Amino acid sequence: MKRIYVNEKWCLGCHLCEYECAFANSGLTDMVKALKGKAIRPNIRVEDGNGVHFAVNCRHCSDPICVHSCIAGALSAEDGTVKIDGEKCVGCFTCVLVCPYGAILPSADGRIAQKCMLCLNNSCGEPNCVKHCINNAIVYEERG
Amino acid sequence: MEYVIIGNSTAAVAAAEAIRAKDAAGGITMISDEKHHTYGRPLISYYLLGRTDRERMKYRPSDFYAKNGIRTLFGVRAEKIDAADKKVCLSDGRKIAYDKLLVAAGSRPFVPPMEGIESVPCKFNFMTLDDALALEKVLSPEKRVLIVGAGLIGLKCLEGIAGRVKKVFVADMADRILPSILDGYGASLIQKKLERHGAEFFLSDSVQEFDGNTAHLKSGKVLEFDILVIAVGVRANVELVQDAGGKVGRGILTDDRQETSLKDVYAAGDCTESYDITTKTCRILALLPNAQFQGACAGTNMAGGEAHFANAVPMNAIGFFGSHVLTAGSYFGETYEEKKGDTYKKLFYSDNRLNGFILVDIPERAGIYTSLIRNRTPLDEVDFGSLKEEPALMAFSAQYRAEKLAKRV
Repeated sequence: MKRIYVNEKWCLGCHLCEYECAFANSGLTDMVKALKGKAIRPNIRVEDGNGVHFAVNCRHCSDPICVHSCIAGALSAEDGTVKIDGEKCVGCFTCVLVCPYGAILPSADGRIAQKCMLCLNNSCGEPNCVKHCINNAIVYEERG
Repeated sequence: MEYVIIGNSTAAVAAAEAIRAKDAAGGITMISDEKHHTYGRPLISYYLLGRTDRERMKYRPSDFYAKNGIRTLFGVRAEKIDAADKKVCLSDGRKIAYDKLLVAAGSRPFVPPMEGIESVPCKFNFMTLDDALALEKVLSPEKRVLIVGAGLIGLKCLEGIAGRVKKVFVADMADRILPSILDGYGASLIQKKLERHGAEFFLSDSVQEFDGNTAHLKSGKVLEFDILVIAVGVRANVELVQDAGGKVGRGILTDDRQETSLKDVYAAGDCTESYDITTKTCRILALLPNAQFQGACAGTNMAGGEAHFANAVPMNAIGFFGSHVLTAGSYFGETYEEKKGDTYKKLFYSDNRLNGFILVDIPERAGIYTSLIRNRTPLDEVDFGSLKEEPALMAFSAQYRAEKLAKRV
């Protein structure tokens, strides 16, 4: 299974992945319309500090505690991808409470949770953050 | 191999899934006195609130039983376990033989003796879908509701119905709402929010006597109501195991493989006790994630695998009218507090470990704190100073991050 992995040493902290994630999940084709003047709420977040930068998004864990903990059956793991069904989610945030990476987030309106689905749920078809990372600090590949 | 599961909620479903993952051929029978397809039990308040519906609140897809080859015996009660003969006796007289049995029988409402309760014409519990459907039938804009109990169940009920009735009163003997998960300050923030939605609280108070639709409180106050909801507490359904000679305390006792003291009889979910690694005591942790972890562990062991559930901690995420309370662990040790506007953070730590936390309306990345509690992470291995202010992976070592972010987890 291909997954997103982080090369911390190569991350410049440019936050471009956050914008590309928000754009990919906006449902819009015009980046300016999608992002300009808006508070973005990406599923990937870059942490910065003391010369260290790295991006964090869902690890699609092999034993996903968020799926196990979901009170609504809204989270599921299929073919190695952890998915959330926004129609079933009631926004209790038990998943936010248990994710050890802080990778599931309340949605903008706070009514449901949101998470990375590897862009399989939007028109990109492959992780848009990885595609546009300028320094290969995030990659989408098979690893042990 | 014949697997029998008493129950059809979280622990039962998790066990069935774990069994099927290891044993494609064995027979699985699920027995439940509820007739419904498995549903997210805590969703009953969201159902009344209109945030979900019967279809969407299914805990697993409609084809769950068929797909997993599960025989369902619903609408019938498991009344007795014959541990010597390895049979479960049902309320309709049938006996179901098992090789491995799981008791995931949950809990039931605790209704304390209350003077005059029999004179109240319209009263409900709030634990099952049937409870919610029955309550829904009597809701209307002119009704006044009295909820006895300001805990998790009572207040989720309040949220579910507040917009559908004229008035909701809540009475509780405790001096604050949600006493099991909040301290005084946290409780005051949420209480104010609930009051803004029309709730009226009578705390450090209780009903001395009911007289039809009138409640006389100990404080002398008199409340007129149309609907009574009793949400005082719950009791674990231990009797099946107890009567068969198995060890029970307040809940059914199991080892960390979820097996009871009866051979080939396992137990999981709200009917059991867990070993809470924060307090190092056995206690009932009637929480949905805990039920899932226990059920999955039981199922794996029932099917011949080897699983141990050894890091139970209390954890709770609960929302009210857009506010979110996230808590975990236990509240002892030194504290770190932040009060900003209507948000509140309190961390509890001692002996180089995080013991617990309360987060009101700052849910983001709370799981990083939870992981510190569940893993009993030594705090001198992380930058706890920065973690106090903000849960972030930056506070962990580069090696930890490489393990988690650059490898398969």
